[in-house]
Amino acid sequence: MADDHGPTTAGTVTATNTLAGARDHARSLAGTALASGPTVPASAATDLPPEVVGATIVWAETIVPGGYASRRLPRGAVVRFEDVDGDACLQLLVHNAAHPNERINTADTVKVQWQAYLGAGALLLSDMGRVLMTIVGDTSERHDCLCGCSSRRTNEQRYGDAGASGTHPNARDMLALGVAKFGLSRADVAPNVNLFKSVRVDPSGGLHLDGAVRPGTHVDLRAEMDVIIAVANTPHPLDDRAEYTSTAVRCLAWIPSPADEGAERAVDRYRSATPERLRAFQNTDEYLLGGAS
Amino acid sequence: MSAMSGAAILDQVIPARAPWSAVVGRGQTLRIIDLGGNQAVDCLLYNANDPVERYSAHDTVVAQRNIFLVAGTQLMSNEGAPMMTITSTTCAYHDTIGGACSRESNTLRYGHHTGHQHACVDNFLDEGMRRGLSKRDLVSNINWFMNVPVGDDGTLGIVDGISAPGLSVDVRAEMDVLVLISNCPQINNPCNGFNPTPVRVVIEAAG
Repeated sequence: MADDHGPTTAGTVTATNTLAGARDHARSLAGTALASGPTVPASAATDLPPEVVGATIVWAETIVPGGYASRRLPRGAVVRFEDVDGDACLQLLVHNAAHPNERINTADTVKVQWQAYLGAGALLLSDMGRVLMTIVGDTSERHDCLCGCSSRRTNEQRYGDAGASGTHPNARDMLALGVAKFGLSRADVAPNVNLFKSVRVDPSGGLHLDGAVRPGTHVDLRAEMDVIIAVANTPHPLDDRAEYTSTAVRCLAWIPSPADEGAERAVDRYRSATPERLRAFQNTDEYLLGGAS
Repeated sequence: MSAMSGAAILDQVIPARAPWSAVVGRGQTLRIIDLGGNQAVDCLLYNANDPVERYSAHDTVVAQRNIFLVAGTQLMSNEGAPMMTITSTTCAYHDTIGGACSRESNTLRYGHHTGHQHACVDNFLDEGMRRGLSKRDLVSNINWFMNVPVGDDGTLGIVDGISAPGLSVDVRAEMDVLVLISNCPQINNPCNGFNPTPVRVVIEAAG
């Protein structure tokens, strides 16, 4: 690319030294085979899970190592994150799309549910005593609410490079960019969840990372209100490997058919599982009655 | 309790259930004294010159690879920098994974009849708003004198405390830090022995 259309130097005629040429060049890039990035329209994606029938696909994107994305998802949408090659760690933030100063609270998430380790059926709780998302499927079973994410300083210490413009992007800055696209700022980068890497606490309080490579696992999250999610795909903060090691994450989100969503909610596998979860859903119902969605 | 070497530049009692805040300058030491025993003291830290840099429970436990705050623990910011250091503590350890109680989370944990009880998040907001902070600035906090173990299966919760009357913790500021405290008003779990009591705070000049 650089050889064909590189910087114009004095006396050199390039294809982009006129407005028409620059426009033709830019337009010629469309249709480039997709290594990463969003498929638009998402309905053109061909890898929806076979068990999902009649759904409207609203997001299809592959996030490469060091990448990030952010999306608005409506209540009822299900997003699947797949750890395609097995060595990803996805930092996740969730905000209420209507009132973004309501957001995920990792401390309340583990304390209210009396459980430090997330799995199927676990709720991602907001700081307002409500459910933002429910884990409705999980073949990974390796997630972490305790360790948060890397920052510019920690990546500089570990890799000697840390910024979004380099080759070792830190998670905090990626999440900040993600939420910035919705008008939010660095103060909105709350303590996050990590997907696809787990941390266990030993009896003396010591933290131990399970970073084994396990390709092909996924986790499915259902939005319980309209949400903004921001994700970054960067190494877990306890990942001691000298190399910045990360693999791609596939993101697919769909809105189930009304019949499927109704049937799922009628079965109600998660709502009444514990008294704390039931009250979180009741608080969410009450909030949605107020007109937000 | 070790003797403080510098002059006390502030010495106050925070009433039971009340909020408090102060700027602790770089090099100064904040001592918190559990007067009645087993009184949780919820605490947040902000870089006094750039409050978007604030305490990070996650960065703190990652830096020391342990969930318990003990003598020597560096309290880290969300930008990975040390904000304060625990220079001594006569309570064996302190919590930073249990978060703060709120009216809203109380309804989940104890039922909707607790939805009007005073709570730490309201203390943080009430005091923090006077310092220009808002709800967006609240993050996972420190719980001095609180005991939150994690079981083998991941079960986690607030259990009876390990503090006692007169136990204390000293933290030295590594930058100019705004310290925001809620003297926890919770009465539905054992974090305050079901009886919130006052605590004493002393700021000692840099040595």
